[in-house]
Amino acid sequence: MNNVITIFRRELGSYFATPVAYVFIVIFLIMSGALTFYLGHLYERGQADLNPFFQFHPWLYLFLVPAIAMRLWAEERKTGSIELLMTLPVSTGQAVVGKFLAAWVFIGIAVALTFPLWITVNYLGNPDNGVIFTAYLGSYLMAGGFLAIGACISAATRNQVIAFIITVVICFVFLLAGSPLVLNFFKAWIPQNIVDALSSLSFLTHYASIARGVIDVRDVIYFVSLIGCWLYANALVVDMKKTD
Amino acid sequence: MIDIEHLSKKFGHSVAVNDISFSVGSGEVLGFLGPNGAGKSTTMKMITGFLAPSSGVIRVCEYDVSRQPLEVKRRIGYLPEGASSYGEMTPFQYLEFIARVRGLKGRHKAERKKEVIERLHLEKVLNQSIETLSKGFKKRVGLAQAILHDPEVLILDEPTDGLDPNQKHEVREFIESIASEKVIVISTHILDEVDAICSRAIIIDDGRILVDDTPDGLRSRSSSNRLDDVFREITRASLT
Ligand SMILES: Nc1ncnc2c1ncn2[C@@H]1O[C@H](COP(=O)(O)OP(=O)(O)OP(=O)(O)O)[C@@H](O)[C@H]1O
Ligand SMILES: [Mg+2]
Repeated sequence: MNNVITIFRRELGSYFATPVAYVFIVIFLIMSGALTFYLGHLYERGQADLNPFFQFHPWLYLFLVPAIAMRLWAEERKTGSIELLMTLPVSTGQAVVGKFLAAWVFIGIAVALTFPLWITVNYLGNPDNGVIFTAYLGSYLMAGGFLAIGACISAATRNQVIAFIITVVICFVFLLAGSPLVLNFFKAWIPQNIVDALSSLSFLTHYASIARGVIDVRDVIYFVSLIGCWLYANALVVDMKKTD
Repeated sequence: MIDIEHLSKKFGHSVAVNDISFSVGSGEVLGFLGPNGAGKSTTMKMITGFLAPSSGVIRVCEYDVSRQPLEVKRRIGYLPEGASSYGEMTPFQYLEFIARVRGLKGRHKAERKKEVIERLHLEKVLNQSIETLSKGFKKRVGLAQAILHDPEVLILDEPTDGLDPNQKHEVREFIESIASEKVIVISTHILDEVDAICSRAIIIDDGRILVDDTPDGLRSRSSSNRLDDVFREITRASLT
């Protein structure tokens, strides 16, 4: 546990030691604001809620989370610091979890900094703050899912650009797993029950109900186990590929 | 304290380390010599648990590296080739991080940090990010990291490469001063260094041990009594 905390602190500190943190946070805030007001018409709708804001989160994460995740392991391998990390008395699992948590908390900071929007809708009307809180939670869980996928892919290559692109593609498939676009593509060549299983893996389906303020334990379990599985795979990939 | 039996490492079809066996005991400073690509760094990476051997057994302080890697890693201080570290950190932050991972605490931690900073003369660069340091200072930070927890076993991959003559001298003196209680393996291309600090030298080439002898014993193998000549004669013979 101590090792996880030590790695977590080092990682989180390193975001703020480079411009990465500031660029990410600023872009995240500008994009989420722009999408909410221009595409989501937050004002014009005349309703005191944050639905237009949360509705764009999956699409925002689709590009911004892989940008954070791509460096997690690819950079360690590129610079060779992975040799140092893996010869310290730290298990691969501890390193994987410490790094993941640091990136997740970092994304959490960016998400939390959108609080002026929340204040604004409260100023303009009487929104259901319970719903908004739940939606934030769901959005954050979904970000964790994207991040775990990205962390695992990042361990598989030392090239951050490749890590980014592959992560975006995989996240895109997960996001739209329940939609006709993806289902039709797979229907042609895999059995129906696998297609059904695939559609139940969709981020959007699980996120949609949480974003409406309905916490279904199954949705939470879905995201938590998704994160768990990808992090487990992450540890395996690190051990397999660290020396290449 | 380091026992290596029939160790091999293959990368695809090429064999980097080919069935080598040796032991190093407490108080010994083993110099690891050999031409570029001989397999020195690969062997060291396997001892420190970074690379998994293709076959063979490595024991460090009685612990099997593949079975109990964490016990081994706790007891080893390792300077990787190229002294890779986290470039965006300052040496101060970096040493603090290493100290925490190594489980140092409180007064002891502060003392150890102070000691290595003084020994490797890092005071002036403590708050400059490591990536902007000169090559020699990067190496010194790497060395400081390796000795921070006062380990029983030191594996140093070209520790004096890139250091200025004063630093070289100091690092050698330092190694001599701690040698009696520790197991030290260094790789080097500087043969004078072998004479100066090593109690034993192994020359490997093409992944195989060619010679395992004391520096004096090595020297007596050549009529000119110079290590350079011995090295050249031995490693050339293996080419043909
Ligand atoms: N990850 C890897 N994949 C493929 N081959 C590798 C890998 N690492 C090392 N090798 C090969 O193994 C051989 C031994 O390399 P090693 O780095 O151990 O040499 P060395 O003795 O340390 O040489 P130098 O004096 O140049 O540091 C070389 O032929 C090298 O190309
Ligand atoms: Mg080498």
